[in-house]
Amino acid sequence: MPSLPGVGYSEEIRSLEERLEELRERQPSTAVWKVVERARNPHRPQTLDYVEHIFSDFQELRGDRVSADDPAIIGGMGTLAGRSVMLIGQQKGHDLKERQRHNFGMARPEGYRKAQRLARLAEKFHMPVISFVDTPGAFPGADAEEGGQAGTIARTLQVFSGLTVPTLSVILGEGGSGGAVALALTDRVYMLENSIYSVITPEGCAAILWRDASEAGSAADALRITAQDLLELGVIDEIIPEPRKGAHKAHRATAKKLARALEAGLSELEELSPSERRRLRREKYLQMGQVAS
Amino acid sequence: MNKYVTVQITQKGAVPSEPAAQGKHCPACGIPLTQEVLEESLFVCPGCEHHLPLDAPGRIHALADAGSWLEVAGEVRPSDPLAFEDVRLYSERLDDAQAETGLSEAFLTGTCRINGVPAALGVMDFRFLGGSMGSVVGERFHQLVLAAIDEHRPLVVVTSSGGARMQEGILSLMQMPKTVVALDLLAEAGLPFVSVLAHPTTGGVLASFATLADVIMAEPGALLCFAGPRVIEQTTREKLPEGFGRSEANLQHGQIDMVVHRRDIKERVVEILRLLEGGVICRLEEPVREDEEVLPWGSSPFAQAFARAKELAVASRGWLLGRDT
Repeated sequence: MPSLPGVGYSEEIRSLEERLEELRERQPSTAVWKVVERARNPHRPQTLDYVEHIFSDFQELRGDRVSADDPAIIGGMGTLAGRSVMLIGQQKGHDLKERQRHNFGMARPEGYRKAQRLARLAEKFHMPVISFVDTPGAFPGADAEEGGQAGTIARTLQVFSGLTVPTLSVILGEGGSGGAVALALTDRVYMLENSIYSVITPEGCAAILWRDASEAGSAADALRITAQDLLELGVIDEIIPEPRKGAHKAHRATAKKLARALEAGLSELEELSPSERRRLRREKYLQMGQVAS
Repeated sequence: MNKYVTVQITQKGAVPSEPAAQGKHCPACGIPLTQEVLEESLFVCPGCEHHLPLDAPGRIHALADAGSWLEVAGEVRPSDPLAFEDVRLYSERLDDAQAETGLSEAFLTGTCRINGVPAALGVMDFRFLGGSMGSVVGERFHQLVLAAIDEHRPLVVVTSSGGARMQEGILSLMQMPKTVVALDLLAEAGLPFVSVLAHPTTGGVLASFATLADVIMAEPGALLCFAGPRVIEQTTREKLPEGFGRSEANLQHGQIDMVVHRRDIKERVVEILRLLEGGVICRLEEPVREDEEVLPWGSSPFAQAFARAKELAVASRGWLLGRDT
């Protein structure tokens, strides 16, 4: 008998809720873990919330012009302090239905191709590119792999490396590995105070190195994933402070602070010539890392 | 030229470490294999053609002409930027990996000749912490690209890596943009990049420089995947088909150019470089306009490397011809 529409869906919801409960039970309780919780809080403002608060005239642009439109990455143009900007942002969704629609912010190759297309469009019309990062990671699915997930991420990085327009990225909540950095090879990188940015999830790292996923708290500490850590490591330029109760309780106030940071960054970058911007961006990334000699 | 350290690869006994015996039987078909047979066959099972892992010294031996290898950036050594500790100290894991492999890191970089063709060659070693990419792999890649530009050599890299090196945290993730930016410099110098993907090439290495090559070849049966089959099955509860993510599937899905048997890789790399060179000669017939911004790198070291590359290219009318190192 063919399954009825919606039947498999509620099964999915139930199993996800169970898994959420499971994860809640083994949460560690360090200071860093509190940040991890806030970074992942489903009520935290996301790309579309910032669109609403910051860009009054936003025009969404969809599709990768190859095969699909990926709802995990939102793209479009809007006005910020008098100039047009291109926005490319990951969207997780707030409630379960939204989260399923946006695939929990996990983009597929078509999402990264959309990002490439919009970045090139911005370059053509001299518009700054602003990207918002908020993803547990690129989607780990068979279709994504066969569609060239790895190569598409690499080519997205390549497109961002070649831009001469001002580029700014903000880690809104969760900056999950390759799927996050793909949108964050930019002149300026900001993190919200309670966001995280990591090469691997603390859970994944704990499972591999500790061989015990319940050590996620220890992994979160060791990986140094908070905004303060990344500022100290020279990976980001600035921390955008959140209202005291956290961004999830104050969307509008957070958006205001974020807009101010973006405007200041844009003004600085607009002082530079296009080739200078690209040269400085490339030199910054060529210096990333720490070695002994 | 004190920036180079010479590693003699003239005979098997002189490589930094002997390729380790892979057990007495082929893991695929089970036939018994001796060390002698394996070395003779470049670690490909003569019974079923299964490609066993080949370490970095063995790889250099298989690709570089005898006596032509000069190490580049060998002095770039790992540090422990996060003072990382899981159930063990990262610094201890590094010490052990160095002792076990006889290598200082997971990536050997140098210049050499491949069937007489000058090249900049990088080879990864999966035995060294899973061939993971940390700061040293990224910096050696960067310096290899600069050497390629400086000496006007095409870039050839053999990859084998589980992805980013977790113990260096976000700094390992930053090696993705870093290697991508380095390749922009290579492209602007008009030099080609051929990558050879060996089993396994996954995660951050596949999602950065490995898939940005002008021509991508892979060894048969190599797992080439961003997330890895286990993660995919756990996340999506999909049952993956036999051969998922392997070289042959990647070829079918348009992600790589060719699947090449290990014994033919040297020949194929050289053929591709020769064909690509034909186009370079054509391009250089164009006069360089004085008012053009030919040095986009200002007065930085990159600009000097770029300018030198351009001079050499014009002088030699191509990156393979007339170069004698």
